Amino acid sequence: MKRLLSAAIAATMFTLPAMAAEVKIGFVTTLTTGGAVIGNDQKNAVDLALKHIGGKMGDLDVNLIYGDDGFKPETGKQVTDKLVKQDDVTFVAGYIWSHVLLASRKSVLDAGKFMISANAGPSPIAGKLCHENFFSTSWQNDQTPMAMGEVLNQKGVKSLYIMAPNYAAGKNMVTGVERTFKGKVLGKDLTKWGADAQLDFSAELAKAKASGAEGLFVFYPGKAGGAFIKQYHQAGLKDILPLYSVFTVDALSLPKLQAANFESVIGSQTTQQWDPSLDNPQNKKFVADFKAAYGTYPSFYAAQAYDSIMLIKSAVEAVKGDLTDMDGMRAAMKAANYPSVRGKYSYGNNHMPVQNFYLREVVKDSDGTWTTKVVKTVFENHQDTYASECSLK
Amino acid sequence: MDYTLLIVQTLNGVQLGLLLFLVASGLTLVFGILDFVNLAHGSIYMVGAFICASLTFVVGNFLLAILIALPLTAAVGYGIERLLARHLYARDHLDHVLGTFGLILVIDTSVHLIWGPEGFAVPLPAWLDGQVEIFTGVVIPTYRLLIIGVGLAVAGGLYWLVNFTRLGMLIRAGASNRVMVSALGIDIQWLFALVFALGAMLAGLAGMLISPITEASISMGGEIIITAFVVIIIGGIGSMKGAFFAALIIGLIDTLGRSFLDDIFKLFMSSDAAETSAPAISSMLIYILMAVILAVRPQGLFPPKVR
Amino acid sequence: MLQLTRTDWLTLVVMLALLILPPVFLWTGNEFYLLLATRLVILAIAAVSLNLVLGYGGLVSFGHAAYIGIGAYAVGIPVYHETYGGFEAVAGYGAGIHILLAVVISAIFALFTGAISLRTKGVYFIMITMAFGMMAYYFFLSIDEYGGDDGLVIDIRSEIPPLNLDNPLQLFMIAYVSLVIAMIVVKTIVNSRFGMVLQGAKGNNERMVTMGYNTYFYKLTAYVISGAMCGYAGALLGNFTTFVSPDMMGWSRSGELMFMVILGGATTAIGPVMGAAGFILLEEFLSSYTIFWHLPFGLILIAVVLFARGGLVGLIKGKGK
Repeated sequence: MKRLLSAAIAATMFTLPAMAAEVKIGFVTTLTTGGAVIGNDQKNAVDLALKHIGGKMGDLDVNLIYGDDGFKPETGKQVTDKLVKQDDVTFVAGYIWSHVLLASRKSVLDAGKFMISANAGPSPIAGKLCHENFFSTSWQNDQTPMAMGEVLNQKGVKSLYIMAPNYAAGKNMVTGVERTFKGKVLGKDLTKWGADAQLDFSAELAKAKASGAEGLFVFYPGKAGGAFIKQYHQAGLKDILPLYSVFTVDALSLPKLQAANFESVIGSQTTQQWDPSLDNPQNKKFVADFKAAYGTYPSFYAAQAYDSIMLIKSAVEAVKGDLTDMDGMRAAMKAANYPSVRGKYSYGNNHMPVQNFYLREVVKDSDGTWTTKVVKTVFENHQDTYASECSLK
Repeated sequence: MDYTLLIVQTLNGVQLGLLLFLVASGLTLVFGILDFVNLAHGSIYMVGAFICASLTFVVGNFLLAILIALPLTAAVGYGIERLLARHLYARDHLDHVLGTFGLILVIDTSVHLIWGPEGFAVPLPAWLDGQVEIFTGVVIPTYRLLIIGVGLAVAGGLYWLVNFTRLGMLIRAGASNRVMVSALGIDIQWLFALVFALGAMLAGLAGMLISPITEASISMGGEIIITAFVVIIIGGIGSMKGAFFAALIIGLIDTLGRSFLDDIFKLFMSSDAAETSAPAISSMLIYILMAVILAVRPQGLFPPKVR
Repeated sequence: MLQLTRTDWLTLVVMLALLILPPVFLWTGNEFYLLLATRLVILAIAAVSLNLVLGYGGLVSFGHAAYIGIGAYAVGIPVYHETYGGFEAVAGYGAGIHILLAVVISAIFALFTGAISLRTKGVYFIMITMAFGMMAYYFFLSIDEYGGDDGLVIDIRSEIPPLNLDNPLQLFMIAYVSLVIAMIVVKTIVNSRFGMVLQGAKGNNERMVTMGYNTYFYKLTAYVISGAMCGYAGALLGNFTTFVSPDMMGWSRSGELMFMVILGGATTAIGPVMGAAGFILLEEFLSSYTIFWHLPFGLILIAVVLFARGGLVGLIKGKGK
């Protein structure tokens, strides 16, 4: 062990001091376990963003270091510590999962670095735990289901059955849809989530069907989404109980569902702040190049990761590469003055985006590939409900 | 109460129970005969699912893919037996747990390297993809009926194998007295390897059957293994009968708990309190059940006869 | 006792290295390695506590991660209530109340679960301790107030004037001193008459029972002491990570603790410490090369089980005793 320790010392002694003309960015995401599906998509998007900007932000070379959180908050915090303390990065971006973000938050912010969430948006971080050096390029958890609740009202859906996993984000989603949905909730199932998560929903689907509700709202992220869609398909509920989902059907699950030909998913509707069909030059370039490079549509996770790099770039360029000018970079990011793939948006006092939410439908594109397209805009410039709890101005 | 719903949920419970039995039977077989604790049993379950899922896309038929994947999974089991398990039989259970814990890391990472992290959604042939109405108002997916059928068939097959065949006789004899069997001129190493491969094949079969419902994914092994252990512990380790009944009990309790616990709780608490506590209790239900059973019967419900 | 054995030398050298190197890391501008060492030392305390039951008592507990979680929540919950109100009885920033809660609640949990678990033997014991760990995991997972799956952010570290746990070197020193005390406590227990009975019951339970010892009581006492110590380690870990989530209590974390004990060498004082060191350093070393580090890590784990039966201590000490 002594030898190992001295090896560690030697290793650190030979670490070269940081080159002056570079900006160091850490990107923490999930590269192992089942969550790696999302992490790889984000990594692809970040790599693409770096290619698009030629590896440079202003005059500075970008030195991007990936960290793998292994889907565990403790591991996420460890890699964040290493990025902050050992690699001395200026920005730490990424964070798919709420618990990893919350665990790592203090490490980044106490060290006076910027933290950019490219996905997770738990309520504390938008409310009482908001921080001047924290920015999000995604959303607050409640917003997307709130948009879905509004869609249901507009469609005249009177009664709803709700299913979500029994964990913090799952409950946020339920709260969100209940906040805007004006009809009656006929039943609600919070299914087991965690080390041995429940992926067989036969009992819940039978209950939902028996409830006689007019619609089924679900939130099943990641692989649980694919599992849910298949069982919904096998149970033959498409015509009896129309599906309205958030974060369940995405560009990561659609290729698999298409390969297995689970047609039920076509026509199902979701809400999101971004879609590959959004018509702006930045998005067109992003989607086309992403498809060319990786052969699939990018997911919203990828879009947010791509935006996080562009947001950082706008900050670095605003201060002309002077990375000690935290105030300048903060002000630049707050302005959200960069070409986001979701189109123009602004930041609220809590540094969460104030942005549009769209209703999307699963369709086949001109090549027959399953994807989503925008049906209509549900919310314009929507701000999350926790902003008032945040002490920032 | 709505009786059609109750019937549907009972069938769902039986189906979950039989699937658990498939995983647990292999585990309890290996434990009962080889006295070997295999934490990596769940990883074999995953490997089976991945082999079958990728074959489904090659041969174009799920059932055919299962037939090819079964011997392949058994071969994987044989490989594990030769390379690792065999060398640990003589050790204590702690070494089994740690060795197979390491094996989990190796297998899970290898699967990630070979197949990527995405996993597979497995398509079913059209005739299995619909629903059937068993009797009025009771509609369940056809495929779930198939699982019930396969589960019962395997249970029957294992019962026959263990009780009425020469191999079964050797297995029972080997379990109770290894030296005696070897003295009879039986190659005990070969017998043990066969049992291990059979256990792996059963785990693989369960993985193959579940993957059209959920997905073949790299974390599926870790999700099932703990429940499978709970099953064999409740049933009495090494007891096939115990595994069968415990699996059904757990399948039913878990499914019915998920379906009706909140309604039951609402009888004596506010509906808000019921909505938050019911999912919490139902996720702990099987562990509570296990603790209660072991508190009363420390060797499970059907402890096998003493060696 | 004046004659130092090879193991004693090893203990001295390892403990000295652990004491001297981390501050050196800090002063040479490598604070991250000080943090790594702090984590190592805290997990070593947990491993030392597990070794009391696993190594000396032969009780393979597969649920010790639960105590780490309980200990960390014993810091997180009072801090949460002191900051945001509610539950006056436990609210507070003081280290005293945190440690008291961590140790007492862990001991109660160990007493309750141990009383049931110790009725079983062998694999049943391994699995029932794991089941109780999973119950604790799902218990905390389902409490929304404390974040459920999202976990609980510990905004303010325990206050223990005149020390300041926000100072990484002070936190390390506290953890280090705690480790030394934990090792001494375990050593004292093991060498006492109590410890002799415990080890005797590991070797031959029936014999000890025939000799008139109520071994169940001895095992239960050891289990409770071990749980309480592990809970203390959890309180330190909560202060170190400033975050606690049910994820810290899963069965794979329990497996890692077992691995630390076996890797270092069970039934030695320094074994669990070396095991924790080996584990943390190996993890850090391998994961800096590849994200697929679990593969070589698993292979090494298998190799240790197959070929290094005395663990690291056994390897260094050489064959035989």
